[in-house]
Amino acid sequence: MLTKRIIPCLDIKNGRTVKGINFVGLRDAGDPVELAKKYADEGADELVFLDISATLEGRNTTLEMVLKVAEQVNIPFTVGGGISSIDDVDRLLKFGADKISINSSAIKRPELINELSNKFGSQCIVVAIDAKQIEENWRVHLAGGSVATDLDLFDWAKEAEQRGAGEILFTSMNNDGTKEGFANDALAKLSEELNIQIIASGGAGSIQHFVDAFNIGKSDAALAASVFHFKEIAIQDLKKELKNNNIEVRL
Amino acid sequence: MKLVIIDYGAGNIKSIQFAFKRLGVEAKLSNIPEEILAADKIIFPGVGEASNAMQKLKESGLDVLIPKLKQPVLGICLGMQLLCNHTEEGDTKGLGVFNTNIKRFSNKVKVPQIGWNTITNLKSMLFNGISDGEYMYLVHSYYAEICKETISVTNYNYNYSSALQKDNFYGVQFHPEKSSIVGEQVLKNFLEL
Repeated sequence: MLTKRIIPCLDIKNGRTVKGINFVGLRDAGDPVELAKKYADEGADELVFLDISATLEGRNTTLEMVLKVAEQVNIPFTVGGGISSIDDVDRLLKFGADKISINSSAIKRPELINELSNKFGSQCIVVAIDAKQIEENWRVHLAGGSVATDLDLFDWAKEAEQRGAGEILFTSMNNDGTKEGFANDALAKLSEELNIQIIASGGAGSIQHFVDAFNIGKSDAALAASVFHFKEIAIQDLKKELKNNNIEVRL
Repeated sequence: MKLVIIDYGAGNIKSIQFAFKRLGVEAKLSNIPEEILAADKIIFPGVGEASNAMQKLKESGLDVLIPKLKQPVLGICLGMQLLCNHTEEGDTKGLGVFNTNIKRFSNKVKVPQIGWNTITNLKSMLFNGISDGEYMYLVHSYYAEICKETISVTNYNYNYSSALQKDNFYGVQFHPEKSSIVGEQVLKNFLEL
């Protein structure tokens, strides 16, 4: 049976892992390659690297780091941040990334999703969406969450799927950094309306939050950063507890 | 040990090269027939769309060369699918080594399948030291039907072939290079065939 995936996310800035709250107040959280190896050994199913400096400052993701990760890590990884062209993706895949994620560049030019999935296949194209619930509506945000758009989360996610996204990585800006749990209602709705996998992101603070993201939020995978970086939750403990809750995981 | 990874411009072959490097084996990337023929073992990788990949094989004449190889050949992911008779993806005729067809997953399940799934009913030296029910990493929208060459079964909506073997040809749908230590065992076993 296909398992639910646990994905540590490493936000990268100037070659270091950082973690902030609600996208601001960044703290240093270590060397990304060392952390990646450690997580792979501890049972992480996959890794995501987001170059958060890239979108804001227009910098390209550090290829050198990608190459080192590909050399040393034996599980799949996704790279995102500042990717806006076929050439960007081609370079990252050639340096060993398994998948790439796009966010702002896809909102600005949705055809990019079609171009990338036609060229490289849907299986390596993750569309990341940062959204914030304002009253009843989930509004998509650009540029690391700093600019609101008129797009609705569910409409945009469906459009991304139709254009060839292989997965949706949904970060709830309301939940991110709060450690109060994932946005399970929105996740469940995404999972119901789309026929591609949904990765939950934003809000992990306890093991129970992951159980809920799978059981209530119907997510296919759950992503978190600080609870892993700051050793608040050990991946093995998390997976054992998921198994105890009858959630299929790789142990 | 001369190990060649067939480089025909289809997908992420760096990861496979790195996986062998972690096992202490330098793999050479090549699309030159003489180099491929001179290898002891051959990896036939592939990620992406089937008809494009087949077109690239034809352009370099590899579509004729590959089915005639006598050394152990390991097809990975799309590489395995292209070794079959036919694939629904782009209505593409395959190389016909494995006597089975490639179908698209139904929309009753999320497509593509992405993640770790179990391999069961293991029937090959390729799986020496690997227990039934171990997990492998898979990313695919199309699957190989069960046939007499099936050496591993995985379930996603249906039971399908997650690995195939005929004579010196081996094919795996999963990515051993991305499947942690269990995947590394498959690569080690292949090197020891």
